[in-house]
Amino acid sequence: MFSAFETVAKFVSDWGTLAFDTPYARAVVFGVPIRGHLLVEGLLLVVILFLLSQKSYKPPKRPLTKKEVDELCDEWVPEPLIPSITEDMKYEPPVLESAAGPHAVINGKEVVNFTSANYLGLLGHDKLQESCTKALEKYGVGSCGPRGFYGTIDVHLDCEARIAKFLGTSDSILYSYGLSTMFSTIPAFCKKGDVIVVDEGVHWGIQNGLHLSRSTIIYFKHNDMKSLESILENATHDNKRAKKLRRYIIVEAVYQNSGQIAPLDEIIKLKEKYRFRVILDESNSFGVLGSSGRGLTEHCKVPIEKVDIVTAAMGHALATEGGFCTGSARVIDHQRLSSSGYVFSASLPPYLASAAITAIDVLEGNPDLITKLKANIATLHKGLSDLQGLEIVSNPESPIVFLRLKRSTGSTKGDLQLLEDIADHLLKEHSIFVATSKRSTVDKCKLPTGIRLFVSAGHTESDLAKASESLKRATALVLAGQ
Amino acid sequence: MITIPYLTALTTYFSYGLLFAFGQLRDFFRKIFDWWSHNSLQGYAPICLGLEDFYIRRLYLRIQDCFNRPICSSPDAWFDVVERVSNDYNKTLKRTTRVDRCLNLGSYNYLGFAAADEYCTPRVIESLKKFSASTCSTRVDGGTTTLHTELEECVANFVGKPAAVVFGMGYATNSAILPVLIGKGGLIISDSLNHNSIVNGARGSGATIRVFQHNTPSHLEKVLREQIAEGQPRTHRPWKKIFVVVEGIYSMEGELCQLPEIVSICKKYKAYVYLDEAHSIGAVGKSGRGVCDLLGVDTADVDIMMGTFTKSFGSCGGYIAGSKELIEFLKHSCPAHLYATSISPPAAQQIISSIKVILGEDGSSRGAQKLARIRENSNFFRSELQKMGFEVLGDNDSPVMPIMLYNPAKIPAFSRECLKRNVAVVTVAFPATPLLLARARICISAAHTREDLIKALEVISRVGDMVGVKYFPAEPKKQQLEGEGIKTD
Repeated sequence: MFSAFETVAKFVSDWGTLAFDTPYARAVVFGVPIRGHLLVEGLLLVVILFLLSQKSYKPPKRPLTKKEVDELCDEWVPEPLIPSITEDMKYEPPVLESAAGPHAVINGKEVVNFTSANYLGLLGHDKLQESCTKALEKYGVGSCGPRGFYGTIDVHLDCEARIAKFLGTSDSILYSYGLSTMFSTIPAFCKKGDVIVVDEGVHWGIQNGLHLSRSTIIYFKHNDMKSLESILENATHDNKRAKKLRRYIIVEAVYQNSGQIAPLDEIIKLKEKYRFRVILDESNSFGVLGSSGRGLTEHCKVPIEKVDIVTAAMGHALATEGGFCTGSARVIDHQRLSSSGYVFSASLPPYLASAAITAIDVLEGNPDLITKLKANIATLHKGLSDLQGLEIVSNPESPIVFLRLKRSTGSTKGDLQLLEDIADHLLKEHSIFVATSKRSTVDKCKLPTGIRLFVSAGHTESDLAKASESLKRATALVLAGQ
Repeated sequence: MITIPYLTALTTYFSYGLLFAFGQLRDFFRKIFDWWSHNSLQGYAPICLGLEDFYIRRLYLRIQDCFNRPICSSPDAWFDVVERVSNDYNKTLKRTTRVDRCLNLGSYNYLGFAAADEYCTPRVIESLKKFSASTCSTRVDGGTTTLHTELEECVANFVGKPAAVVFGMGYATNSAILPVLIGKGGLIISDSLNHNSIVNGARGSGATIRVFQHNTPSHLEKVLREQIAEGQPRTHRPWKKIFVVVEGIYSMEGELCQLPEIVSICKKYKAYVYLDEAHSIGAVGKSGRGVCDLLGVDTADVDIMMGTFTKSFGSCGGYIAGSKELIEFLKHSCPAHLYATSISPPAAQQIISSIKVILGEDGSSRGAQKLARIRENSNFFRSELQKMGFEVLGDNDSPVMPIMLYNPAKIPAFSRECLKRNVAVVTVAFPATPLLLARARICISAAHTREDLIKALEVISRVGDMVGVKYFPAEPKKQQLEGEGIKTD
């Protein structure tokens, strides 16, 4: 037994010695003979391969059991649907009992109305009423369908052609709501990766359009051309991919939030230098600026072909509702299929489109409306030039007269409270109806609030004199000591 | 669920492949031609890159005459369609003075208020004289008239909620409300076939969006459980709030939403329900009050009810109805209320008058007659189409019925042949529907008489035979074989 074991041991050691001693298993490394190194290397290789093939240690993944998920769902408490209502949220605007013309009726009293943007006084004009009545009798009220599915009525096509003819562009497209014009146009042209340079004082419609477009957005200081130029310089300096990248500048002609007018001629010079496209929102300047009412392009003597896309809401000078966009044929045709507010929404009611056509006809036939409006703006500016506590911050030619507190109380809420007190006092004691500019919680604009007066060609001299007088008295009372 | 037969799927893919190949060939030649003749816009990137409007240039333009057809009368049961001609192979279409009187199966005119109505139109014209066509001002400034406050009370009453707020456009209602109610840190779970306005509003809000399978409450429950257990992506913090957004009637499928199950699931998991009744308000339900009325759901269980006035009321605009606090909050902070012109007074008067007619408050029973007629018409039409062998989608009682076409060549064929026989139908293709599932969509109105419907059925049957869209065997007219008809799911 023992001898058998000895034989086996001797056999193994012989074999081992053989393995160690065979000629190819000998090597001389740095003068030291090593024997049997191949076996060791072979063993090492096997061990390495074994370790590599093992999976790295991960803690075992245990999906949540049904009971755990139930517990989590039970203990989750959502926030309430809306934050709690505070006193200032319960604000109810004054209710009109008549049309919102230059003189309106509130609570049985007649007031002078400075809150409606009917710059040319066309609200309630006989010709518009007539054409609306005819359209209502012929077409009913609504159009009952989107433009693609039998919602295109011949008045829409006529209106688009009329607007294009008036402005001198090749085509235009109608939207059924003023606010949706901008937030449908911008995502149709600006896609992810494009660069947009925008004024910081633009209104919510444009902000929403920018957010939906997912492009890179850069803001420049409100109406400051130097800031714009430096940003354009930086943007083009870094990015050399001009072939695929589209670049836009978006400005408003007359800013709703401050009454400033954009200097279009300088913007066009910058645009041509740095190769950007310009999108211009002419809601408050269409029918107001320029000698025949064609807007900012006429006012600044810029040919309209240089502005790539012009949009406007018709709820201002044209005294109807809806919006339009105009530009070259390529621009307009593209929007007919890719602008979501046009394709997926019902079209403008036909009577509003026919009102728009009549309004443009009246405007073209009576350019003295524009001169009257300009005269009214100048009179109001003079009358409001030395108020206690309030200063005019809007451009002297803009139809929106924007009054701001000379010294702020420190918080937006405090400012707004003071301004609302002034507006209330004006309405109750002096029968002048003005509005403060309110901001939504989702609005990103940081410009200070103020009191807005919309001047109309329908206001008489006595109206404007009364307004200036009353404002002086109201500010002296409410802002005493400011 | 639509199950497409294999042969049809194969032929549809083949057709699209062929169109795509031809389109690419023409683009290639166009590129050479453009490179030869210089473009004036050097240094500017093109406003639409090559592949972005490929579908428009090469596929859509060929069948452009089936869409955007202009009309020159009110969109009533019969209307006048303007003929158009093209001299350059459908690239541009010009109006002619010729007009065809056609049967209208495409407009959203569910209760027949589209044309001048004997009760509504005189009142609308009166309000036009009193308040004129527009207020030119926002609701918070000087755009609220007595008509607007009356309208909001009327709508809240009709829908069955304490308060309501009205906007001038249905699309903008969705886009402007969702960002106010929910923001980053919230979750929106929406049905996979929701309308573009809801998708845009959800994207604009900044919340995380998850989709559940169309009209499948069990999948909704699964998604809710997963999401609540996991929390916000990457940080795993609990969600601030969860919204579930569904529609009353889905306009491309004609199906009713399974509201009772969805509401009970949302109650269990404490999510808020947002119901978009664009197509169902006024059109379904015993008294026309929408899907809640039809399916027996208590309106207090649905947190936010939204709808539009374009379809059943013959006007324009949208509304949100909810609790008093919700409406006060929205009036304080919704951008569509603060920045957009208020709804036009004649349109508001039209809504008030049509609601009065529906509820019978004008002293006649026209409202009840209209509701009964639309139900009868829809059920009659749908059952007849199914008997003929068409593949029709949608539930009973829903006035929207899509007929499946599938193949891209059948879309213009169906549309043009029907127009030749004076029936105007709407055909829908990509991108409003998935690529393979093109369809023709019929909208029934209470203004259609039985003779109109019979004529429409004859025409559609003949055109269907010509074009080859009767995918199911027609049921023979014998009564005993009625049970063997194949039904879609």
